Amino acid sequence: MAYIELNQVTKRFGEVIAVNRLDLQIAQGECVAMLGPSGCGKTTTLRMVAGFEDLDDGEIRVGDKLISSKREKYYLPPEQRNFGMVFQAFAVWPHLSVFENVAFPLRVRKLPKEEIVARTEEALKHTNLLAVAAGSPDDLSGGGKQRVALARALAIRPDVMLLDEPLSSLDPHFREEMRFEIKDLQRRFGFSILYVTHDQSEAMALSDRILVMRAGLVQQIGTPLEVYGLPANRFVFEFIGLSCFLQAGLSPAGMSIAGVAYPWPAGLVPPDELVAAGAGLLAARPTEIDFVSDGGVRGEVVRKAYLGETIDYRVMVGATEVRVQKTRRVPGPAVGEHCGLYFSHPHWYPVD
Amino acid sequence: MSIAKDSRFGTPEILFGLSVSVLVIVVAVPMLLIFFNAFWVDGHFNVVDVVNVLRQPQTYKALGNSLVLSVGVTITGTIVGTFFAWLVTRTDLPFKKSMKLLFLVPFMLPAFIGALAWKMLLSPRAGYINRFFMDVLGFDGPIFDIYTYAGIILVETMYLFPFVFIQVSGALERMDPTLEESARISGADLLTITRKITIPLVLPSILSGALLIMLYSMAHFGTVAVLGIETGIYNIPTLIYEKIHQSAGSFDSIRTATVLATVLVITAALILWLQNKVLSKGRYQIIAGKSFRPTELKLRGLRVPLFIFCLLYIGFTIVLPTATIFMVGGLKTYGLPFTAENLTLANYNHILFEWDLTRDAIWNSISLGLSSALITMFAGVVISYVIVKMKVRGKGILEFLGMLPFSVPGSVIALGVILAWSGKFGINLYNTVWIILLAYIARYMAFSLKANSAALEQVHDSLVEAARASGATMAQALRDIVIPLVRPGMIAAFFLIFLPALRELTVSVLLYGPTTRTIGVAIYTLNEDGETVYSAALAGIALVIIVLGEVLIKRLVTGKNNS
Repeated sequence: MAYIELNQVTKRFGEVIAVNRLDLQIAQGECVAMLGPSGCGKTTTLRMVAGFEDLDDGEIRVGDKLISSKREKYYLPPEQRNFGMVFQAFAVWPHLSVFENVAFPLRVRKLPKEEIVARTEEALKHTNLLAVAAGSPDDLSGGGKQRVALARALAIRPDVMLLDEPLSSLDPHFREEMRFEIKDLQRRFGFSILYVTHDQSEAMALSDRILVMRAGLVQQIGTPLEVYGLPANRFVFEFIGLSCFLQAGLSPAGMSIAGVAYPWPAGLVPPDELVAAGAGLLAARPTEIDFVSDGGVRGEVVRKAYLGETIDYRVMVGATEVRVQKTRRVPGPAVGEHCGLYFSHPHWYPVD
Repeated sequence: MSIAKDSRFGTPEILFGLSVSVLVIVVAVPMLLIFFNAFWVDGHFNVVDVVNVLRQPQTYKALGNSLVLSVGVTITGTIVGTFFAWLVTRTDLPFKKSMKLLFLVPFMLPAFIGALAWKMLLSPRAGYINRFFMDVLGFDGPIFDIYTYAGIILVETMYLFPFVFIQVSGALERMDPTLEESARISGADLLTITRKITIPLVLPSILSGALLIMLYSMAHFGTVAVLGIETGIYNIPTLIYEKIHQSAGSFDSIRTATVLATVLVITAALILWLQNKVLSKGRYQIIAGKSFRPTELKLRGLRVPLFIFCLLYIGFTIVLPTATIFMVGGLKTYGLPFTAENLTLANYNHILFEWDLTRDAIWNSISLGLSSALITMFAGVVISYVIVKMKVRGKGILEFLGMLPFSVPGSVIALGVILAWSGKFGINLYNTVWIILLAYIARYMAFSLKANSAALEQVHDSLVEAARASGATMAQALRDIVIPLVRPGMIAAFFLIFLPALRELTVSVLLYGPTTRTIGVAIYTLNEDGETVYSAALAGIALVIIVLGEVLIKRLVTGKNNS
């Protein structure tokens, strides 16, 4: 059952539609990542859920409670939503100690003293901060500060955790560590997570489902596997993972790429409506292209780079560069050699 | 400037020597003479006499007044500055951007001209507002007497609160909004956030602005001179002025002045030391990275009343005094009501084209401002270059000497210059423009060093090294790379000096002679001599020149940024 529900949520900034009729359901204990380039509306969506932005259309519910609604002109203030939130720039208060930072949400709720101390210490324990509780957060590293922010969000035992690019201000090696810590905490406390990021590997590793956005519009919602394996459109295909594209002229008999006609090889047939349109875009992951000596799409190897375990080839097909990645254990063509390319898992998209 | 020259006196040493000598002559000698005169009596060191001077009622009263006035102004100025800063950055007040600019206008206006205007409006017997209440509304006495501590504090507050306003509004604007948002999502309402998060985070900025007000008010001459002398309220700078002017060089007066100056220097140094501590210890890293605009407090029912309050404040503190100056400047005789037949342009005409005294004053101010700004700008580049870029031993002395005048009040500099250049050492510049020029250079050197060092620090050594590696000589690298890059700093230094010099009063009033009045001195002395309308007319002209100058800079600076 959906715990958080966004219905037709819309936000405009002047003429620009930052978020356009967004629908999303998040189940209890589920982690959903919003992924997209900067300016796609993902942060605005998160801020509407948090209550920092009003809606220009639609509504947001948590449980069976309405928290934002354009029609009812009702907005529950952020301080009454009982969410945990972690910001990109940490936002820990430098004039308060680590302990006081974490205790703050409990103090403003006027809880009894013993409970404040107990719950603060619990949150500090789960984030490995007990040792530095008395110190200033300014003395901690970026990762340490973000843990303080996490502990502060945990202290109120929220049902919903909103994370706004929480890892992008951290050093790369801290990032992976924090990913696991966040996942761990979620498993232990069972809150739902709405997670904003522009880093696809972060989204893949953390979330149960990924929502890909572009220019305010939802492109696809699905599990990491679905989004990677069955991208809904060219944008999603290109945004997640490595990709290459070839434009092809299509007819019932075959296709023509860069002026060369090919009959339909096995497994390469595009959907009927593209054939009817006469043109399509052939998309593939570089690891899902094989070199074949006979047949295949003809090209010439122009560059070859060793990336350790894999070899990265650039193959010119007409004027288009196609990237191919193969393990170093299989011998491939040399630079300058002509070769055939076989697309083992092709995707077809309309030409835009 | 070859790297491995084995001589003891290469170009760096020569530049260093030159810089030190300039600063020693202009800054160190006058300062040392003050301490020497204060503590050295009849050939030996004498502290008892210093204590005796401090025990004279006149002296300790002035010290007490300085303290009372500056603490008072600091408190009111800090409250006013913080309140308006919060209002224009954290609420939905209408026309916030324009309001913010308007609150900075008092910075442009010389406080003593404001004091003059308020004297015309609120002096107990002749002030226009008081007379209106007594004559028209039938009040028994004046509604407000400006010749009081409260009057002086009010007037100084109007012109000094921007010190806090600028610091606090800047801090609030740069502050990362998520610091406040995270408190909101934690469950705190806006009032709690303001109390527990926002105010504590900007407290260092508030304190630092407050200490600047205190420093400035402590050393402030004009307002107290215009409003206090009538009823015998002296502070340290006005008493120094009184001593120097009455004395005609008597030893006792000069000694009293040097003791007062010493107290002033020590207090100022203490305030600056405190400010430094506040800034270095208490300044948090609260600068925003990517930022959404902060949540604005919805003023709701208070929105319009507070907006009207701001407009009234601006009208009362900027428009009313300025209008008064121009109107009184146009009166045939002071005291007449403002009716068409009493108003004339003859005063302005007389001041600009007929009267030598005022024409000289305008000419003196402009030429002194230009020459001191040019000299200080160029000297500042050279000295900053030695400080920032050269590896010479002892450049700490340069830095100290250059920044010293920043903490030394104008009246102290003027007194030191008198002691050094009145013939004691064979050179008598007293009563000439040269002594004023020397004092201006000493006073404004710190401005130039700040602007130029900041610009030079931006020029990374590798830029010069890249030029050298491309085949340029050191001289070519300086001409083609360094100078173009520091030019904005030099231009900034020029205007930072030229504009304040135009309206300078504190220093010039101690140094002027019969033909070397500056605009500030002329306005002040005309007012003292009872020539109120001429004084107001000249003040009006000064305001026009100042505003034109500010607008011109804005044009120049923004034009630069656009290209």
